Amino acid sequence: MSQIPDSKHMTATLGTRILGSVAVAAVLLMTLLGLVVSPEDLVQGHAVRMLYLHVPSIWIAYAAFVLTAASSVLFLIRSRSRADGGRHHDRLAGSAAEVGVLFAGITLVTGMLWGRVTWGTYWQWDARLTTTVLLFVTYLGYLALRRLPADPIVRGRRSAVMALISFVNVPIVHFSVDWWRTLHQKASLSVGRRPEITGEMYWTLLYSTLTVTVVASWLIVHRYRVIRLEELRDEEALNALIASRLREDDVGN
Amino acid sequence: MLHEVLLVARKDLRVEWRSKVTIGQVAPLALLVLVVFAFAFDANARLLGLGAGGLFWVAVLFGGTLLIQRAFDLETDDGNFDAFRMSTIGAPSLFLGKSLGVFIQVVLLELVLGPGVVLLYDVRIDDWFLLLAAALAGTVAFSVCGVLWGVMAAGVRVRATLLPLLLIPVLAPVLLAGSRAFETAFGVRAEAGWTWASVMFVIAAVHTAIGVGTFGFLLEEG
Repeated sequence: MSQIPDSKHMTATLGTRILGSVAVAAVLLMTLLGLVVSPEDLVQGHAVRMLYLHVPSIWIAYAAFVLTAASSVLFLIRSRSRADGGRHHDRLAGSAAEVGVLFAGITLVTGMLWGRVTWGTYWQWDARLTTTVLLFVTYLGYLALRRLPADPIVRGRRSAVMALISFVNVPIVHFSVDWWRTLHQKASLSVGRRPEITGEMYWTLLYSTLTVTVVASWLIVHRYRVIRLEELRDEEALNALIASRLREDDVGN
Repeated sequence: MLHEVLLVARKDLRVEWRSKVTIGQVAPLALLVLVVFAFAFDANARLLGLGAGGLFWVAVLFGGTLLIQRAFDLETDDGNFDAFRMSTIGAPSLFLGKSLGVFIQVVLLELVLGPGVVLLYDVRIDDWFLLLAAALAGTVAFSVCGVLWGVMAAGVRVRATLLPLLLIPVLAPVLLAGSRAFETAFGVRAEAGWTWASVMFVIAAVHTAIGVGTFGFLLEEG
């Protein structure tokens, strides 16, 4: 009897449907706030609207990579003591990394478009841009490692160690703007410092950050469940193959 | 532990000494890369002089990646990792031993590339001490990172393409810091070369700690 649920209930539950509905509604309101309610910037003009997606995207990419690293540590520590061999933590690490790469990609694209309007060029060899693209490629490598055909536990261990090392790059990216003097402006929002933007812009940016967080959480839950389904499919295919070989042996004997 | 580290390094170096791949193939190939760079810059002596530090490290990266690939092909082709798992040599010793073996081979590569850069790109060395410290830090960082990623890509069919994809983004800060430190040592950049050299020492220390702590996980079978 297959453990894979029917197509209607593949990855959705009542909780994720509600979360998804909230995410879609929040994105619609974010679009309205970003494109209509928020005023244009005195210096940047309408290009500032790009930042309502750009800034939250890099925030969620960082958060996703933190989740990947934390899950990887738990996988390495607990894989022997858990009944599932730590696969839960491995799946969480993988799904968070995929979402992190997606949002790092969105950050790069929106940043390039913003740069074209503001700086007059799509790309500058600015420290933060350069290190963000390196971070993006590093996690693409992580995803490539995860896709290699190998024993799931061995692959999980390799991926977990790689996630740990890749995570070392995250603070370098985040603080690089302070380490090197560059074109890139300082962070618009940061804990313990007075924000450099105010009014509708400030609230729109905060709201966008919240919205993108909800969307990312929704995506991570679904990716986690898809990875789980892929594992079930592979396990069942392997069991079916073994059963068919055993039957062939029985017939032969 | 030191005995085990030296044992592993000696084994790798003995294999290398017998095959002469580093000196016979990788070093000439890396020298060829230096020549090809001159084609790319239209043999502009000023540009080559300005970029000599970076070009040196790119050539090291290219040649070193081949050395790391080889260091793990030797182990996987004959199933040596099973022997390591059954031996009494601890995973940290194995990591440090493999790193030491790669380190010495990369130093040999640099001893060929260094004079190559000085002669071909007409570079003058202003600060020997900085140059040697930066080379030491960069090579240690390269070796430990290389061994960590090398073992991850070991044994898979796509290792030739996977290893550079994994290794280069992680080594980018080493490449950047090494280039800046060398440029200061060559007198083409008035910047704090020692700060960059320190960055490489920090990267080397962090990756050594990660490698010693996690290499055992990478060696284990399912």
